[in-house]
Amino acid sequence: MSPSLADLRRLDRRWIFLAIGVLVVAPLLTGFHIAPVRPGARAKGFYDAIERVPAGATVLLAGDYDPGTIAENYPMHLAAARQLMSRNIKIIAVELYPGGPPLADRVLRIAGEEFHKRESYDYVNLGFKSGNEVVMSQMGSSIPRTFPADRRGIPVSQIPVMKGVENFSQIALLVSVSAGFPGTKEWVQQVVSRYHVPMIAGVTAVSAPEYYPYLQAGQLQGLLGGMAGAAEYEVLVGHPALATRGMDAQSLAHVFIAFMILLGNIAALPQRSAGKKQGPSA
Amino acid sequence: MSHDIGIWIAALLTLGIFSFLYKDNPAYKLCEHLFVGVSAGYYVVLTYFSVVRPNLLDPMFHDFFGHRHFLLVIPLALGILLFSRFFPKGDWLSRWPIALILGVYPALRITGFGQGDFVEQIHGTILPLWVHGNLGATIGNWLLVGGLLTTLIFFFFSKEHTGALGGAARIGVYFLMVSFGASYGYTVMARISLLIGRVMFLLHDWLGVLHL
Repeated sequence: MSPSLADLRRLDRRWIFLAIGVLVVAPLLTGFHIAPVRPGARAKGFYDAIERVPAGATVLLAGDYDPGTIAENYPMHLAAARQLMSRNIKIIAVELYPGGPPLADRVLRIAGEEFHKRESYDYVNLGFKSGNEVVMSQMGSSIPRTFPADRRGIPVSQIPVMKGVENFSQIALLVSVSAGFPGTKEWVQQVVSRYHVPMIAGVTAVSAPEYYPYLQAGQLQGLLGGMAGAAEYEVLVGHPALATRGMDAQSLAHVFIAFMILLGNIAALPQRSAGKKQGPSA
Repeated sequence: MSHDIGIWIAALLTLGIFSFLYKDNPAYKLCEHLFVGVSAGYYVVLTYFSVVRPNLLDPMFHDFFGHRHFLLVIPLALGILLFSRFFPKGDWLSRWPIALILGVYPALRITGFGQGDFVEQIHGTILPLWVHGNLGATIGNWLLVGGLLTTLIFFFFSKEHTGALGGAARIGVYFLMVSFGASYGYTVMARISLLIGRVMFLLHDWLGVLHL
């Protein structure tokens, strides 16, 4: 094996970590720009599904994630709240992740202030409920019984935006922002297939491939996958923000990782050739 | 630079976790233990205020809907029985609530899977193999149906994978490899996104050198 390839095989992985760190920090600090974000069909499907909801209708916004996936889920959550409020659609927010309620509060407060919407009248955060699929199934029978009070402890009977909302029959669209279990998959299984509520989803990149079959089968009308999906959607909403800003760092890191995979395979070639010449070991 | 003590704590904890990339160290261990302890405490308090109180105690004693729900004593008793596991002589009492959970939960999941995945996904693969005037859709449908059938053949183990069956199974392997590659690519994107999120927090919220 040539000395250079042997050195590469022994490369301390901390150099790779350092390179990734530099490639992420540099574009953020310098404003280095590679290419504009162009929305794809899946993000357009997400956007169009909300555009089809008539003004004044009620949408269920499920924020099933926690601070661990803020970078991916928060931008799409905020952008969805902005689009919903810009169209005067009422929002009922629920969270099946214990760490989700403060994030949903923040999203609704920011978007609410931008579009002059009032809590309890235009939107409400019913908060967290443990029970995963049981909660979803119970909401099919009665949302007020599943969530007797909102996150502040106010009984739902006293919240104007909840007036007339009994179950999924009054929900025009289900918007799921999900980090995994319980999340998009469970909403599809428990709600879409049983109650035929139209649904769109914004999910983490690592879980996105799992949801493509739902999109293909029409069970989802739109899908945002990770930060790239969130950036595309931010462009469609006309409010480029966190995800759009992070895409150049993302692209640079991806190019570097692809290069390292290629380099690693080249470095392993001589070893593989030697192994083939020796034949399979006994 | 931030003057918020909360931001400072979060930033130092983030740096403490990142220090593991260099090597394992006491700062990382401290952050790790803090995370586990705080998460457990947060979950207990949150569950009380978002589940136990509004769904159990308030309906029983404070009367939201005009009538008290005294039947909620039954789930309350079953919940208390779960704690009998701490007492060796009476731990068998916990089997009743566990039996209820085991009875309800799988049934809910099986019916959800049957309706949401099994039936709908089969329905989603019944596609026209010739879409007039749309060559892209035609090729896409052939790939989807072909990929589905060959992958299913790969997982058919009742007959040796030789001849035509072996050839189809081999094509199925290629489809699986493409899906694994796509999943890996998405995983890379997810991990880099998380790093970008933390770096944005450090540069914007903590140091104030990044303007969003």
